[in-house]
Amino acid sequence: MTLMSRFTSRLDLNRGVIDMTHGSGGRATAQLVSELFARLLDNPLLAQGNDGAVFSVPAGRLVISTDGHVVSPLFFPGGDIGKLSVTGTLNDLAMSGARPLYLAAAFIIEEGFPLRDLEIIVASMAVTAREAGVSIVTGDTKVVEKGKGDGVFITTTGIGVVPDGLDISGSNLKPGDAIIVSGSIGDHGIAVLSKRANLEFETEISSDCAALHGLVADMVAAAPDIRCLRDPTRGGLGSTLNELAQQSRVGMRLQESAIPISPDVRAACELLGMDPLYIANEGKLIAITPAHTADRLLSVMRNHPLGAEASIIGEVIPDSNAFVQMDTLFGGRRIVDWLTGEQLPRIC
Amino acid sequence: MCLALPAEVHSIDPARETAVVALGPVKKEISIALVDDLTPGDFVLVHVGFALHKLSPDEAARTLDLIRRAGEDPIEEFAA
Amino acid sequence: MKYVDEYRDGDLARKLSATIAREADPGRQYHIMEFCGGHTHAIFRYGVHDLMPENVHYVHGPGCPVCVLPIGRIDNAVELAEKHGVILCTYGDMMRVPASERRSLIKAKADGADVRMVYSIRDALKIAREAPEREVVFFAIGFETTTPPTAVAIREASAAGLKNFSVFCNHVLTPAAVAHILSSPEVKDHRTVAIDGFLGPSHVSSVIGSKPYEAAARDYQRPVVIAGFEPLDVMQATLMVIRQLNDGRHEVENEYTRVVTREGNVKAQQLVSDVLELRETFEWRGLGEVPNSALRIRKLYAGFDAEQRFGITTSKVRDAKSCECPSILRGAKRPTDCKLFGTVCTPESPIGSCMVSSEGACAAYWSYGRFRGPDAPSKSTQHSAPKEAAE
Repeated sequence: MTLMSRFTSRLDLNRGVIDMTHGSGGRATAQLVSELFARLLDNPLLAQGNDGAVFSVPAGRLVISTDGHVVSPLFFPGGDIGKLSVTGTLNDLAMSGARPLYLAAAFIIEEGFPLRDLEIIVASMAVTAREAGVSIVTGDTKVVEKGKGDGVFITTTGIGVVPDGLDISGSNLKPGDAIIVSGSIGDHGIAVLSKRANLEFETEISSDCAALHGLVADMVAAAPDIRCLRDPTRGGLGSTLNELAQQSRVGMRLQESAIPISPDVRAACELLGMDPLYIANEGKLIAITPAHTADRLLSVMRNHPLGAEASIIGEVIPDSNAFVQMDTLFGGRRIVDWLTGEQLPRIC
Repeated sequence: MCLALPAEVHSIDPARETAVVALGPVKKEISIALVDDLTPGDFVLVHVGFALHKLSPDEAARTLDLIRRAGEDPIEEFAA
Repeated sequence: MKYVDEYRDGDLARKLSATIAREADPGRQYHIMEFCGGHTHAIFRYGVHDLMPENVHYVHGPGCPVCVLPIGRIDNAVELAEKHGVILCTYGDMMRVPASERRSLIKAKADGADVRMVYSIRDALKIAREAPEREVVFFAIGFETTTPPTAVAIREASAAGLKNFSVFCNHVLTPAAVAHILSSPEVKDHRTVAIDGFLGPSHVSSVIGSKPYEAAARDYQRPVVIAGFEPLDVMQATLMVIRQLNDGRHEVENEYTRVVTREGNVKAQQLVSDVLELRETFEWRGLGEVPNSALRIRKLYAGFDAEQRFGITTSKVRDAKSCECPSILRGAKRPTDCKLFGTVCTPESPIGSCMVSSEGACAAYWSYGRFRGPDAPSKSTQHSAPKEAAE
């Protein structure tokens, strides 16, 4: 240790915990940033160590998006809050058809949170970002008193650039358009629920948490006249379709038999008395496209690992009430309603 | 009434009066305090974490058969 | 899923639908009360209406324990959580039911009360064991399906000498409710509510057997067909009711033989009667006071009775003025007959319990079927036009 060393001893990442000094902006904060965040997230802009990251932007339209992540439990089959915070914002950008450029991340950490867990979470963010070809270039850390936070909350903000010629919006839907989903629904929500206390059950289901911008790039190249893309996160497929129907003031007619659901998700939903249509997805998207491009788009999606189970699940129809209707597996018809609040397991 | 589902008994713990059952690929531990004489492979009706009744595979098959036969069109039967 | 998917087969459904259309007599109307909220839910969720001829009507009954719990009892649950500071464990169904002054368990939780949703009473026992310094109360609701688990848990708590666990018991009984409806003036004398036959509850019957319905079928001369939970079961049982009505019979038949026998689960029945006993009377939302229709915890297990432990008294609370839940629960009105339906009362802001419970007729109609209204794109008007009373 030299006289010029900034920190007297290294962070004890194995047994140490976050305390109030780490959020005070002083030396402890600097050490946390240096020995944990910057080390793991390692990129030139972050390494500059300034309050903000300065970069040039390519020509074109920019999109910016932000998301707060409060998932509980923090670690679940197939991912953790770190991975989710990266894929979540990347996907928001991708739903505009954008190529992601940079991410920013703000952490609110509860006093007493184990450094080891924080390290795992940030490492997870680093891996996910690297695989997606983006960097987390600036960030912030705050600490709140014990009991005032659920371990850690992460807010990520992303910037991307939208290629010319794309006009992707939830207000573009027209009767006759095809409705496509990129794969099986309900995986993320069930994976998380299976670990919640008082609801434990054993399942092989993993969260589908994944960054979709690669799939989206293939899709918009093959079908630039796509009307709309949206990822059915909280509230699931059912809520998202209702949002779109309302936004464009159209109706929808779905075929239950065409909606991909894994046997694990189906069984878990039966057990809990929940409807898979309303369960969150973190690696799936809905695409609405003119009928004549549907088949081409579907085949492009199926050629991508994240779209292998893509399926055309219905069509947009005229309806001033903006109902989303579904022909059930059984043969009758029902509405897929807009969920009021969080779906709760039922006994009846 | 009440949400109850048929699940397959995988393993039994007589001392704790519990069993691990499977609904398709999903497994859960439940109480078998209300049902006697279970063996792995049996199906039970599960409600709020308890087995309520053993399911009879013979009766299940009979019911399906009744439903199938009820769906037959007597006129088509004649014509066939 | 075995023993589930086979009973959801669309091809078999179409064929059964054709048979029912052939056998239903075009010269008469068939009003079939599906007592059980689970059946209401299945009918709406699978769109079984679309497979029935125009003259077959499902009348929704009060077989939804969430819907029939009076407001005063929900107030008691909120009180236990807020004033007594217990860990209040509840099934998910009860979280959003509105109590007095628009309070609810979910609102109490938001205000800091320790309300925890559980899948099973076993989870509540676990919480009690893990937090011996806290009082844990389980909010027990449900018909005879859900009652044996409560009895098992109380017995287990007693055997383990648990000192911090109790149950707020609101278990209710099915045959009493069926008889009460059939003997009500609307049905019996005035026939303003037409009920020609019943689809009997699936899982209540797996516990109590088919025997308890024989008295009702005989005394009130209505066919009862115990129906399984899946949509094919519902259709098959409907066909069996139609056949009985066509033949002029009024028997108890069992479509759900794979889990229902005449005697039911004797072990479960015995356990329930060891731990619980009949209340002389109990208020049902929409039906008023019904004698011998509910259970309380026996003196032997008084230590586990939350009503005793916390000195709970229940007030009679009137339903909101224009709320038609009481009539809807009796089958006397339909959701669309209620002025509040879809205007003031929606799943976002429910006034009555029929809208909150996912099995309540109003919630089922709103969530799955309101596209069947007059200005919907679907041309099915089967359930939008007013119905005539029985001939």
